[in-house]
Amino acid sequence: MKLNQIYIKRFIFILSLWPILSIGIDILQNNLGANPIEFIERHFGKWTLIFLCLTLSMTPLRKITHINQWILYRRMLGLFTFFYASIHLLCYIGLDYQFAWVDIKNDISKHRYVLVGFLGWLLLLPLAITSSDNMIRKLKSNWKRLHRLIYLIAILGVLHFVWLVKKDVTEPLIYAAIILVLFLFRLNIFKLRRI
Amino acid sequence: MIKFKKIPSSEITPEHIYYDRRNFIKNLGLILGSTALSSFTNKSFALLNTLPSFAQSKERDKEKLSSYKDITSYNNYYEFGTSKSDPQDHAHLLKIDPWSISIEGSVAKPLKLDIDELIKLIPLEERIYRLRCVEGWSMVIPWVGIPLHSLLKKVSPTGNAKYVEFISLKRPNEMIGQKDDMLDWPYTEGLRMDEAMHPLTILAVGLYGKVLPKQNGAPIRLVVPWKYGFKSIKAITKIRLVEKMPISTWMKANPKEYGFYANVNPEVDHPRWTQATERRIGENLLSPRLKTQMFNGYLEEVAHLYQGMDLNKNF
Repeated sequence: MKLNQIYIKRFIFILSLWPILSIGIDILQNNLGANPIEFIERHFGKWTLIFLCLTLSMTPLRKITHINQWILYRRMLGLFTFFYASIHLLCYIGLDYQFAWVDIKNDISKHRYVLVGFLGWLLLLPLAITSSDNMIRKLKSNWKRLHRLIYLIAILGVLHFVWLVKKDVTEPLIYAAIILVLFLFRLNIFKLRRI
Repeated sequence: MIKFKKIPSSEITPEHIYYDRRNFIKNLGLILGSTALSSFTNKSFALLNTLPSFAQSKERDKEKLSSYKDITSYNNYYEFGTSKSDPQDHAHLLKIDPWSISIEGSVAKPLKLDIDELIKLIPLEERIYRLRCVEGWSMVIPWVGIPLHSLLKKVSPTGNAKYVEFISLKRPNEMIGQKDDMLDWPYTEGLRMDEAMHPLTILAVGLYGKVLPKQNGAPIRLVVPWKYGFKSIKAITKIRLVEKMPISTWMKANPKEYGFYANVNPEVDHPRWTQATERRIGENLLSPRLKTQMFNGYLEEVAHLYQGMDLNKNF
């Protein structure tokens, strides 16, 4: 990696911590509203989806701009997706349900939106574990196959949001639309030259 | 004093979900204490923007009240938008003066009156009720209002009056959430006649001793404390006594998820949210969820209404 790329990567790393900083400011300013736990859960849920979209957009960006560099940041963004998904899950288990495992088990098994969200996080686990250079080398062509799970995870993530809302699906559909466009890039609908 | 018909809990519900005795006594005290009648002056409260004086419930300390700020800033009122803060931000656009409410349908003496006339007709009382939202959160709210049965008695329901239909209003220029057709406006709700006549069922015009804020359903809203919050229709313009079961707005929108009864019931789960537990609004970040109580803790008072009914089917 070139020196300037290292700096850019560090810069992106710092920027990616924004969701932590912004919720910290909200907590300090007592800005969380009447239902603070829901506020924090939703905050990290949304940021998980945003990072998922960012991760998925690196390859299309590479194809569009013909700049290879984008791909250098994909892994870090993917790990941030996992990071925020884990905080989101931890808020649900620890803050919302205070580790009441029976209630959590019931909630996951009875409510489809909770179930798909949980499944999404479970599927992120192997991707995070196999993200090191070492694992990429070890898994060879299987690595690529395994990491295609991200498409399924994206669908589960959007479903998690769609099924949560009572009536107004505008916001979840915005994520669905973004992810659909990113999928179309992958299918090379836009006939971009392969690099 | 209101006397509630006592039904042994064993007839209605398994012993293990029947909440503990201490809670029951506490809750009963809350109800009885909060039904203390009060007098009021004859000034137009809408003009003064204050309520006529009334005796506060003596039971304010029994259960921690949700803060005025939380009650008025965290609302589900899709007429003004779907986010919790939309009603607070947009409800000011609604014009509520003049306002009339008509009670019609299968009645011998239909009535049409404004809010001042209404509260001159029936004395105001403070009622402290838990409010349980179907989304799994709850508050404790000091309402000021009139018992619905007092009003219904004034119109002399006929033998055909089996249900009561409540209708809000459709005014998309003022209720800007109605510019979106996601629900079939105007918002409509319904109760069975015996539910409507139940002493716990009130029409609220005030909150925390003040005139009801617009985001909470001003000038007049229903409060049925043993049912999920969406049953308690806001900004009512018509109360119609009818023979057939009305189809409520949420039933029409999603009949698999929202039934006519919508009684708070920890045993009957909702496809989206758990109904076994709830988050009490205003508690701190480390407070645990509370166990949701059968009929929102009003089991002793209302269980007889549903005797012999399959509450899994009649959700």
